[in-house]
Amino acid sequence: MHGYIDTKPRPASNGTKANGALAAAPKVKIEIKDLRFYYKDFEALKGISLPLYDKRVTAFIGPSGCGKSTLLRVLNRIYELYPDQRATGEVLVDGRNILDPREDVNLLRARIGMVFQKPTPFPMSIYDNIAFGIRLYERLSRPELDERVESALRRAALWNEVKDKLRQSGLSLSGGQQQRLCIARAIALKPEVLLLDEPASALDPISTAKIEELINELKSDYCIVIVTHNMQQAARTADYTAFMYLGELIEFNETTVMFTHPNKKQTEDYITGRFG
Amino acid sequence: MQLYARRRFINAAAMTISMLAAALGIIWLAAILWTLVSHGITAIDLRLFTQMTPPPGSDGGLLNAIFGSVVMTGIATLVAAPIGVLAGTYLAEYGRNGRLAEVVRFINDILLSAPSIIIGLFVYEVMVVPMRHFSAWAGAMALAIIVVPIVLRTTEDMLTLVPGSLREAAAALGTPKWRVVTMVSYRAAMQGMVTGVMLAIARISGETAPLLFTALNNQFWSTDLNAPMANLPVVIFHFALSPYEDWQRLALGGALIITVFVLALNIAARVLANLSTLKQ
Repeated sequence: MHGYIDTKPRPASNGTKANGALAAAPKVKIEIKDLRFYYKDFEALKGISLPLYDKRVTAFIGPSGCGKSTLLRVLNRIYELYPDQRATGEVLVDGRNILDPREDVNLLRARIGMVFQKPTPFPMSIYDNIAFGIRLYERLSRPELDERVESALRRAALWNEVKDKLRQSGLSLSGGQQQRLCIARAIALKPEVLLLDEPASALDPISTAKIEELINELKSDYCIVIVTHNMQQAARTADYTAFMYLGELIEFNETTVMFTHPNKKQTEDYITGRFG
Repeated sequence: MQLYARRRFINAAAMTISMLAAALGIIWLAAILWTLVSHGITAIDLRLFTQMTPPPGSDGGLLNAIFGSVVMTGIATLVAAPIGVLAGTYLAEYGRNGRLAEVVRFINDILLSAPSIIIGLFVYEVMVVPMRHFSAWAGAMALAIIVVPIVLRTTEDMLTLVPGSLREAAAALGTPKWRVVTMVSYRAAMQGMVTGVMLAIARISGETAPLLFTALNNQFWSTDLNAPMANLPVVIFHFALSPYEDWQRLALGGALIITVFVLALNIAARVLANLSTLKQ
């Protein structure tokens, strides 16, 4: 069956008994069903189905061009900025299909935060970078806004480095700090899901370690999805891993299982570095 | 070794020729500036800024002409800059590669290179002839038509330079499109856009041809926008060609004022542009 994948250890989302390997069955936050994606006529995703769990980190891995970033960009419908791109199938967030055109895309994006590969601070002060998103949806008094900005920066482990220069341009920060600023900006909106598109690939090892540490801390509150080229990073940060190849989902499993006993030959070849 | 010596020689020769060519260009520019300053500086005094253009043989200044230039340049900029900015925004943020955008871009390129005298004649036909008199409004409109394509082009170019990732990042927070444009794209492109407006002002402050058929000239102090209005370029044109020595002196003084103003605007625009690249 096209698009079928082996999701054996997947705990049932409808309340039936969970697989013994998982102590407490995590709640399914996002259910992707037979998702197909097209750049003009090119089919970049060929019927993907998989669950994303709440308060867990799921990593998408695979060689360049396999569709992992494309899949991520469907989850907040950011691909809609480009008229040549379209998606079919279903993406159910808490049971509601977000691909339905009646779904308000801006409200959706406020619930599903995204951080990109290259840090993208806005050309404004550090404070305004964080306040920007909050101001879109909430009318807060000055002290309330100050507090929200501070707590977002604290959660992103950036507060101590910037608290004395909140009025300085966001562009004045280092690359690693800029990326944490972008994470803070996303979580300031109190989203339910956090999408990270290779968030550390442009950063040095120390900044990368900080980001990974941050992901570990944030997963207690969010459903986190991370696209990464770096297999060690997937192994270190993710609870679940999805291996994709040429627009298809080859294997989805708990990270520990995937990296020790992959079910498919292709997965094994990729994670042992025989191709990719 | 011989090959290497040959290359060194060619290198030195090319260098010398380039430097001569550069010097040739700069010499003329310096000569123009020197002539202007050495002749014009004697005309610069307080009367130039406090008295009206005189009849031949009597004392006077350029106050009415300076005032007229400022008024018409100001109106032209106020009318044209918003149109140019909005149209440029459409091209860069909304139309992009659409059919309408292609057409607008093409027409704008033609307008950008249209000789200013043709723009003057156009406004003469559509405004001066039906109204049956020259007017400052007509002059301002002719200048505005010159400003629109310049501002449109720089706005589009500057907005196109704003990285798409920045727009995506803003959209990913759930920002509506109009807010992405005004809060993020405009901020990122602001210095370049202001530079474009300043260069457009510099360009029209010396334009003579479009004013010759529209605002004409006025010997007297006039603030009536429905009447002919004095302005520096046309006054310079008349006075410089006249046989009267005091008029010629005033023309040189006016030329110096415009030159210094344009130079200052250009330098300011450069400084602004540099500031924006430094910040990136």
